[in-house]
Amino acid sequence: MKIAVCIKQVPNTTEIKIDPVTNTLKRDGVPSIINPDDKAALEAALNLKDKCGAQVVALTMGPQQAEKALREALAMGADEAYIMSDKAFAGSDTLATSTIIAAGLAKLNPDVIFCGRQAIDGDTAQVGPQIAEHLGIPQITYAAQIDYDQDRQALIVKRQFEDRYQMLEVSGKCLITVLSSLAKPRYMNVWDVVNQDLKEINVITRADIEVSSEHIGLGGSPTKVDSTAAKQFDKKIETFELDPTAAAQAIVDALKQRHLI
Amino acid sequence: MAKNIWVFCEQRDGEIQSVALELLGVARALAQTTNEKVCAMLLGHNVLDKANELVAYGADVVYVVDDERLAQFVTEPYAQAAFSVIKKYEPNVLLIGATSIGRDLAPRLSARLHTGLTADCTKLDIDQSGKLFMTRPAFGGNLYATITCPNHRPQMSTVRPGVMKKLSPDTCKNGEIVVEYVQWDDDKFKVKVLKEIKESKCDTDIEKAKLLVAVGRGVKDVEPARELACALKGALASSRALVDAGVTSQHTQVGQTGKTVRPEAYIAFGISGAIQHIAGMEESEFIVAVNTDKNAPIFKIANLGIVSDASQVIKEMNKIL
Repeated sequence: MKIAVCIKQVPNTTEIKIDPVTNTLKRDGVPSIINPDDKAALEAALNLKDKCGAQVVALTMGPQQAEKALREALAMGADEAYIMSDKAFAGSDTLATSTIIAAGLAKLNPDVIFCGRQAIDGDTAQVGPQIAEHLGIPQITYAAQIDYDQDRQALIVKRQFEDRYQMLEVSGKCLITVLSSLAKPRYMNVWDVVNQDLKEINVITRADIEVSSEHIGLGGSPTKVDSTAAKQFDKKIETFELDPTAAAQAIVDALKQRHLI
Repeated sequence: MAKNIWVFCEQRDGEIQSVALELLGVARALAQTTNEKVCAMLLGHNVLDKANELVAYGADVVYVVDDERLAQFVTEPYAQAAFSVIKKYEPNVLLIGATSIGRDLAPRLSARLHTGLTADCTKLDIDQSGKLFMTRPAFGGNLYATITCPNHRPQMSTVRPGVMKKLSPDTCKNGEIVVEYVQWDDDKFKVKVLKEIKESKCDTDIEKAKLLVAVGRGVKDVEPARELACALKGALASSRALVDAGVTSQHTQVGQTGKTVRPEAYIAFGISGAIQHIAGMEESEFIVAVNTDKNAPIFKIANLGIVSDASQVIKEMNKIL
């Protein structure tokens, strides 16, 4: 079984702070990480590799520095790594991004594709299902557990909803998006850390894939950013320094006043 | 030409989900501007009798696909049904709830239709020509971006539950109910449901609770907070930090990666107010914040801010109540 894992390098958004004076993002020095859900997807693939001997291929799309995420994936145990990088890809929205990645994956011809459920910098959860549609393969999103049933040659997936879960069976090609709670990513293996340096990161450019220029990049993106605005806070504020007893009374009084209790 | 404002009306076990009614409310406002109809799409099995509810909440027309293939949510049958109806009627706008169902179906559909999709919008506006302006938080909620989809139709957007307001139901309102049939491609159904299990939630549903006692890193012991939530007839909510630490369950998480809530009262104990958390609760009617750090960002959005030890205040409140 060949498993391709799509990973994205993202700024660690939990460390992004706003400059209170200018109301802009302070991104300087914010470290880049493998998106947490994607890292869980990689771990899920490596788990299957441990159990049934799969080949694990990591793929990312992004600028050259995203190679660092692939180096980490190799150090965790991925067998091969591919970066899709080209000026022609810049400015892609989710649909254009999924078109590019699907074309890259088509070249690698994996049996199964794992993605994270969503990336912490965009939170859209769109690229995975869109890739599946482009490739014409079934998707299972919000995977909380993935097992391989040798006898049935099928993946058994626990699909999480807000109020329930489904146990799903899928055989043949498919794409699965993984929740970060599925698996705790392993640490990089010392042996693999040393060896990853010897491994090559394969580059896939515009010239290597078969897609129409009308469907990629900024120009090929159906959605456009019309405007952006900094977040405004307009609530009326009253702040008091109180000891716990007085604080408790103040809160209870305020709730009573508003008929909330 | 693409026309009308459409809403994918999610149901589970035949029960219309609240987010569908909220979307009908905002669709009504959009349709007013463009002078178009509000159309509801209802997919499921044995759901025809639910169409009237959608009319009462704002739909002019309800398109229903009622088929046993749609009894449980699985992507491909739902995508085929939705695609077939959309192709036939060509909506100008299609709104979908950003639930674990909507966020699975919407991107699949957008790729099949080759149109743009904007995720998790918090605000929707439209101009008279029918161009939709979709506003969503970007960069973890630090900025708002307004997105358009100028040249592709339908203009698709998912919207978080609890963000839009539903209308008061009008049971006298007239609406048209149209039953649609789909030419199924059963060969494409590769995913089989072995079983579906409903989970009881250990904590009350935080999206429905009128009052939330929310706890963050500054609260040392969660049990007194749970007790307080019960005493106030509310539910316990929490920040991501406590969910990640395994102290509270994921069902209780408020924020960008959790749930969006707008209770009548939100009492934040020991929550500093990371922008991701604020994105999920700032629409609450009345916000109380208790934190030892007087510079905590949560105080910027609180109606009542108290600088004090959160754990101690919880204990004192339990004594009073």
